[in-house]
Amino acid sequence: MSVDLHTREIKPLRNTFSQTANYVGNDKPASRYQEATLDTQPTDNFHYRPTWDPEHEIFDKSRTKVKLADWNALRDPRQYYYATWTMARARQQDTIESSYDFVQSRGLVGKMSDAIRSKACEVLMPLRHVAWGGNMNNSSIGAYGYGTPFTAPAMFHAMDHLGAAQFITRIGLALDEPAILDAGKNDWLNAACWQPLRHYVEDTLVVQDPFELFIAQNLALDGQLYPLIYGNFVDDHIALQGGTAVSMLAAFMPEWHTESARWIDAVVKVAAAESDDNRQLISGWVKAWADRAQTALTPVAELALGSVGVVALQEARDALDLRCKKAGLVA
Amino acid sequence: MSNVFIAFQDNEDARPIIEAILADNAEAQATYPTGLVKIIAPGKLVVRRETIEELIGRPYDLQQIQVNLVTLSGHLEEDDDQFSLKWNN
Repeated sequence: MSVDLHTREIKPLRNTFSQTANYVGNDKPASRYQEATLDTQPTDNFHYRPTWDPEHEIFDKSRTKVKLADWNALRDPRQYYYATWTMARARQQDTIESSYDFVQSRGLVGKMSDAIRSKACEVLMPLRHVAWGGNMNNSSIGAYGYGTPFTAPAMFHAMDHLGAAQFITRIGLALDEPAILDAGKNDWLNAACWQPLRHYVEDTLVVQDPFELFIAQNLALDGQLYPLIYGNFVDDHIALQGGTAVSMLAAFMPEWHTESARWIDAVVKVAAAESDDNRQLISGWVKAWADRAQTALTPVAELALGSVGVVALQEARDALDLRCKKAGLVA
Repeated sequence: MSNVFIAFQDNEDARPIIEAILADNAEAQATYPTGLVKIIAPGKLVVRRETIEELIGRPYDLQQIQVNLVTLSGHLEEDDDQFSLKWNN
């Protein structure tokens, strides 16, 4: 008996789902990002309005004042869907793990001066609570926003904030005893220099409009906090005084900030370009929240960097304004 | 002039690579033998990291093309930014 092996090619009749093809055409296969994201927002047949919010449907465009003809326009340039996002973060986690091995095996923390070590803890520990606020706020954007291309990356961003909070916790445990976490919480709740920032974070927790919340948290606050703390404080100030170990252990945060800024800027750019109403509305939000964030961060900048803190913060603000200008917002 | 060619598995990972090659090499032609994508170009063919990165929206290490690379012909020259095939003789 002989067995003949044939290869036979079966061409698919359709290259992608029809709802994806509506956006990208059917002439070539769509990417996983496109298939997982475009037009996957549930839109119809909601039988009941939520009892906790009878004014709105369960997924409702009118929760935000921003008006878009199609919320699928807010694409993520990083093209994150669950798989690409987890793979990217897993790689970063591996890098950080080897940084921890490096720092611990060579006893680098012990080689830092006590003054610089306690300064790092004093500034970084309360920021766990800021990152947790970012986690809550982005979860809220994911829950109440509209359109998967906008809400899915917001949920990833929420988990990234949680990751940042956990990395800060680990830095605290690497630099000092576990009691340092309680000290940080105590500062967050009671020290005068943290109260304006805490007030800002707590006010954002009750912002109802998901797009305004996106601006207040991801653009206005994080856009100044991350360059100030991880750029100026950790990577320049602390590292120059023998605290390179802290800079290594915190490496995820500036890297993630640079990466996610591309998404945030792209969302703002597309939403603002849609209509002049949107542009005015978003520009107004950015101005109001960024001014307030700058004021709230002033005592933190002074705590971290002393008298040059205000200058560093102004640099961060100028960089944020430049980002907004590039995204087409008006000053 | 002799042709050079490069072939990849026809899958999700290879798609942006192929798209980048076709964008960067005006004379390149793609054919689809079963399970593969074979790209033929007269004389010279280049795979550029930057073009792939623009398409996928994230950093890309050119060595990753080896995962889906099936076969090629031509003299190979590669560095961090590009991977090029041509006939030296």
